[in-house]
Amino acid sequence: MAEAPLRVLVVDDETPARRRLRELLDDCASALPITIIGEAQHGREALDLLQSAPADLVLTDIHMPDMDGVELARHLLKLAHPPVVIFTTAFHEHAVQAFEVNAIDYLMKPIRMQRLLSALQKVPRLRPVTAEKLAQLPTTARRFLSVTERSRVVLVPLEDVVYLKAELKYITIRTAQREFLLEESLTKLETEFGSRFVRVHRNCLAAREHIRGFERRVNGDGDAHWEVLLAGVVETLPVSRRQQFVVRDMGRETAA
Amino acid sequence: MLRVLVAVNLGVAVVATARAPQLSATFSEFLDATSIVEPYLLLVLAVLWAGAPRLQRLPFGVGACLIALVTVLAGQAIYAAMARLSPLPPGTLLRWILFALIAVGVLLFYFHLRARALSPAITEARLQALQARIRPHFLFNSINAVLSLVRRDPRRAEVALEDMADLFRVLMRDNRELTPLEDEVELCRQYLELEQLRLGDRLTVDWNVKSMPGDALVPPLMLQPLLENAVYHGIEPSSTPGTVSINLFLSRGEVHAILKNPYRATGGNHHSGNKMALANVRERLALHFDAEASLESRVTKDAYEVHIRIPYRTSVLESATGAPTVTGPMPGQEGDRSGDSNARIGAPEAARG
Repeated sequence: MAEAPLRVLVVDDETPARRRLRELLDDCASALPITIIGEAQHGREALDLLQSAPADLVLTDIHMPDMDGVELARHLLKLAHPPVVIFTTAFHEHAVQAFEVNAIDYLMKPIRMQRLLSALQKVPRLRPVTAEKLAQLPTTARRFLSVTERSRVVLVPLEDVVYLKAELKYITIRTAQREFLLEESLTKLETEFGSRFVRVHRNCLAAREHIRGFERRVNGDGDAHWEVLLAGVVETLPVSRRQQFVVRDMGRETAA
Repeated sequence: MLRVLVAVNLGVAVVATARAPQLSATFSEFLDATSIVEPYLLLVLAVLWAGAPRLQRLPFGVGACLIALVTVLAGQAIYAAMARLSPLPPGTLLRWILFALIAVGVLLFYFHLRARALSPAITEARLQALQARIRPHFLFNSINAVLSLVRRDPRRAEVALEDMADLFRVLMRDNRELTPLEDEVELCRQYLELEQLRLGDRLTVDWNVKSMPGDALVPPLMLQPLLENAVYHGIEPSSTPGTVSINLFLSRGEVHAILKNPYRATGGNHHSGNKMALANVRERLALHFDAEASLESRVTKDAYEVHIRIPYRTSVLESATGAPTVTGPMPGQEGDRSGDSNARIGAPEAARG
């Protein structure tokens, strides 16, 4: 029975590392049909490539500029047919422990041909690792949020995000240009990005670097409250009574 | 010795303050007391100074007992001399000797602790512990890079393996003695060759070493860990190419090393390792050169810069305090030592011992 060849994408920021992996994949090709669909230097490039050329397996380094391997794996889950991801790493004490604990597949560089082959052989039986497990790896916060639009994964750089607002089922991501819909939890985003955002309301996180100031508003009933003024967008965000200390704290920061 | 004089006089001042009925009387009480304490103290110090060479060879316990004995005898001698000049109330001798013994005890304890902190064995152990450790990440990535060369460019693979062997030979050897700057520079070149192999066009190295004093003695691995940092923090986090520059020169009897790399404000835990390497090099500089060397780091507009300054020395004998090649300081010599190390700046002379 002729099997369809395993489609593999190689992702590493170091040219020799990619070259080495290609050599090893070639070596494995005698035992298992393989097509290398391409190479990428970092996560963002890999994601771009995969939008047009689907793969069954992504072999990715963990430490890379622009977008690291773990973040890539998280964004890949938004593809219609997410590939299996196997991480390759030279050395990373803490990460390796976390990989073991969460049963996430990884290969240690330098990689032995035999180990690579046995990893490749089990790919058809593997399911992509869940976002929950990936979120447990000790990596830095994501640099992009990803949303699916017309079956494409669109990346929103975190520094473009003006605010995040939870509505019913989705979170609205607001950038200076437009809005995106994201399926994630506001609380988890708040934990992940820490000091980048400040919670101004139960349903709203505003990006600290986009806050221009606060304005006191009185509505028809004579109730007064604060509104956040933001750079790049015209609308303002109400500050809830419970979060009023934010106005005081941030006011102090700007005064200092 | 200076420390002993100051400490005893301070002690006397404290006792005088306590004994005086009011503050204004403190001074006269102090003068009264010092008229006795000063000759006593000087006599003890003179005897100990004369006996110092022999005293140094004794174990600490025996030495301490001898010093106590000298203190008691000197107390009696001074008492005898004083009693001849003017009558003294009974029990004075006992009070004096008691006071003197307490002072001796406190000071010996202090010097003992100090000598232990600075002793050659401890200093050596600290140097060993401080020895720069290469990042395992670098080792495995380099091996991987060499593996990628084996099939298509065996000759380059050979050179790379030779560079690695040299680098690890230095990393694993006993690195307590100072080495010539040119050796450290050669090591750095080999290290950067290996990084270049991995990073390709992303890394450019700008060497500025025409006017460096190649014979200057420096702590081994003074620059390599900092260059490793420069690559790890300045080059690796970005996919755009960057330059690491090394500038070595001699100026007014001092060797300067200025290392620069692009500054990338990436968040996260990337920076903890940086502080470790900096602290490591800084501490080793201090152990070898004391206050005569310095290491400063700063962030300019878009670059991170480390500036090292060490005295220009070409023979091991000139290396001053704390270095394991110099005999450890003994109690009692401490005062002199801190005194004349200042005098040595600019006019190096052979270290004692």
